[in-house]
Amino acid sequence: MSPVSKLDEQAALVMPDRGRAALNALVTGLACIAAALLVHFVVGSMVGPFVTRIMLDAGVMIILAVSLNIVNGFTGQFSIGHAGFMAVGAYVAAGITYYSSLALFGSYQAQTGLISVGSLIFAASALVGGLAAAGAGWVVGLPSLRLRGDYLAIVTLGFGEIVRVLLQQSNPQLFSWDETRAASLKELVPPPLGGAQGFQSIPTYTSLFWVALFVAITLVFCFRLKRSSEGRAMLSIREDEIAAQAMGVNITNLKVRAFMFASFFAGVGGALYAHQLGTALRPTDAGFARSFEILIAVVLGGLGSISGAALAAVLLTVASALMIELGPWRMVLYALALILIMIFRPGGLFGVKEAWEVFGGLWRRKAVAR
Amino acid sequence: MVTAKWLLCGLGLVALSAMLGLTGCEKKEGGGASAGGERPAPKAAAPRGQTPVGEGNTYDTGSGPIKVGHFGSLTGPQATFGQSTSQGLRLAIEEFNAAGGLNGRQVALVEYDTKGDAREAGLVVTRLVNSDKVSAVLGEVASSLSLAGAPVAQQAGVPMVSPSSTNPRVTEVGDMIFRVCFIDPFQGQVCATFAKERGISTVAILYDQSQAYSAGLATEFERAFVKLGGTISGKQTYNEGDQDFTAQLTAIRSGNPGMIFIPGYYTDVANIAIQARKLGVTVPLLGGDGWDSSKLAEIGGTAVEGSFYSNHYTVDDPSPVIQDFIRKYRAKFGQVPDGLAALGYDAARLLFEAMARARSLHGGHLRDAIAATREFHGVTGTISINDKRDAVKPAVIVEMKGGQPRYVATVNPE
Repeated sequence: MSPVSKLDEQAALVMPDRGRAALNALVTGLACIAAALLVHFVVGSMVGPFVTRIMLDAGVMIILAVSLNIVNGFTGQFSIGHAGFMAVGAYVAAGITYYSSLALFGSYQAQTGLISVGSLIFAASALVGGLAAAGAGWVVGLPSLRLRGDYLAIVTLGFGEIVRVLLQQSNPQLFSWDETRAASLKELVPPPLGGAQGFQSIPTYTSLFWVALFVAITLVFCFRLKRSSEGRAMLSIREDEIAAQAMGVNITNLKVRAFMFASFFAGVGGALYAHQLGTALRPTDAGFARSFEILIAVVLGGLGSISGAALAAVLLTVASALMIELGPWRMVLYALALILIMIFRPGGLFGVKEAWEVFGGLWRRKAVAR
Repeated sequence: MVTAKWLLCGLGLVALSAMLGLTGCEKKEGGGASAGGERPAPKAAAPRGQTPVGEGNTYDTGSGPIKVGHFGSLTGPQATFGQSTSQGLRLAIEEFNAAGGLNGRQVALVEYDTKGDAREAGLVVTRLVNSDKVSAVLGEVASSLSLAGAPVAQQAGVPMVSPSSTNPRVTEVGDMIFRVCFIDPFQGQVCATFAKERGISTVAILYDQSQAYSAGLATEFERAFVKLGGTISGKQTYNEGDQDFTAQLTAIRSGNPGMIFIPGYYTDVANIAIQARKLGVTVPLLGGDGWDSSKLAEIGGTAVEGSFYSNHYTVDDPSPVIQDFIRKYRAKFGQVPDGLAALGYDAARLLFEAMARARSLHGGHLRDAIAATREFHGVTGTISINDKRDAVKPAVIVEMKGGQPRYVATVNPE
């Protein structure tokens, strides 16, 4: 047999795999869309506006927590500036939809219908917001490669504060297209994103469909990342950086990549947050308090556990919403719950494992005892 | 463990804010003479078996208490604002109920905390208008939080009255959104006109760039003052939490202004005043309603003497309406009401007055009644609602004398 035909044979072996991968991706994508449609039309029609609102908040929180988990959980780095990335995505996406709505439709009112020109612009702007945040993640990731632990934490904290102060310096928001067209360069640079006054009247496109869709995409991405060779390399950095390097893992590259993946989804989460009904973007959204909220969800779920982070995000959002009636006492109970969980489950709800691994383990142990 | 360390530090922060919230809570409960009947639990008060009227979310049949919602920052950095407003409107509700309510129906307050967070504001307003089905919503103090809550109320067709959000955008959200305070452009104009009438031609501005309120007022003042022919000799900024203002004040001093406009909050203003006097800057300072607190004189001492600020009302106004309000408020809460308490009181009373005139408590009818408010005699002046749903009302200028704000002038709207 000639060597050429051997190569052909190899190619023939590889090709079906590629085809299967493409099919797999298509099926997964369709499943995500189907799940999102199901949530939007079936679940959405069964619950009232208040529950819908909680679901939207929880969905955004899942995206933020699960994405932060890539940096803090998989790679073992310590970022407390996640809200900074979220704010970058939120402001970029909101800026795009708001000003393009003014230009195209003459008003910032959202167009009706699940799929409209406006909602497609929104979906595109969410992706652009995510990319902008990923770019910011790259910028932060590069110089801070040599840093670990506390030092990296301080860099990311600093990043969040920089974003906050930069947003405060942005120009006042313009409220009509005529005003925007007539604006001088001085009014447009820095961009008119409202400054300290906050960015308001953002078209409200965030619906259960979009949130569910992006939650599904985030979860699928993270699960596949964790099982991929890249993800396993990230986990190896978490376990022992020097050993990983000795095994030939490109630590620098992977850390930056982890930062960029996490920032991308944070940016998308921010975009979803910005386009919700009953919200206003403020520079303080980029600050320490919001970053910490996300971090708590990740630590509570168990660093490295995707299902843990998602569950903790839902639990925290729902608990906080259910305790509204308690008024100021809510904060006390919230903090108390956190302390108790940390005392009794110091590794988080599921530790580094996924939910089914934990419960599967319990099941097996019971079976053995029997 | 890095994580544990940071988490501990974060938990400490949460606990601290919780404690701050609690002290406020205790103060409120200690001051409140009558508990119990005043604020029934939201669930218990839900009248069963009533049917909604029309398309709005409000209930309007016969008996049962009329539910009015309030969303405010009862905890968080601006907790005093929410608490003062809450006390003001509680007093109004108590009086209204004692006087027989609306044709015998009592008003029940459903109050939720926003923690000073826009997301939380949207969430609690969603709850108020959809789950609690209140007839009207009162709140917020901070404009950015009102702007988060207003679209929700607007969409649900429930009227919302903001007691003290001064950003013009708030009422532009829709035809359900009203306010009982004056707006930033008016306050900026009042201060500018006052400075001009005092014969001042050069003013320096020092504002908090991290506060929407401060930045907005600085812009409006500058616009109005330049229009009146004045010059701005310098514009300096500071950030929330700054302690040292020497650099900014030195720069301002070199411009030799006749007055310094500081549209910030009282704690910063008091510190700025002390440092300005140390640097030999003796010109009067001028500010807005953010100065309104007894803390201003407590911290600032003699440094704030002879400075002026614009406000919604003044305690030493001899008018019987105001003195009566102060007496009742003092009896109930043991403190002198600040501007926000007075605005909360007015917002609630204006709403009740409109309810009495309205054809029904249905959102559309109630909105029409509020919009038709003319010459309502409130504690903070005579209020008329204009076609932009803003309050047309006077502002007062006060001067700090002997540690007390003293009435100087009333500036009426054009």
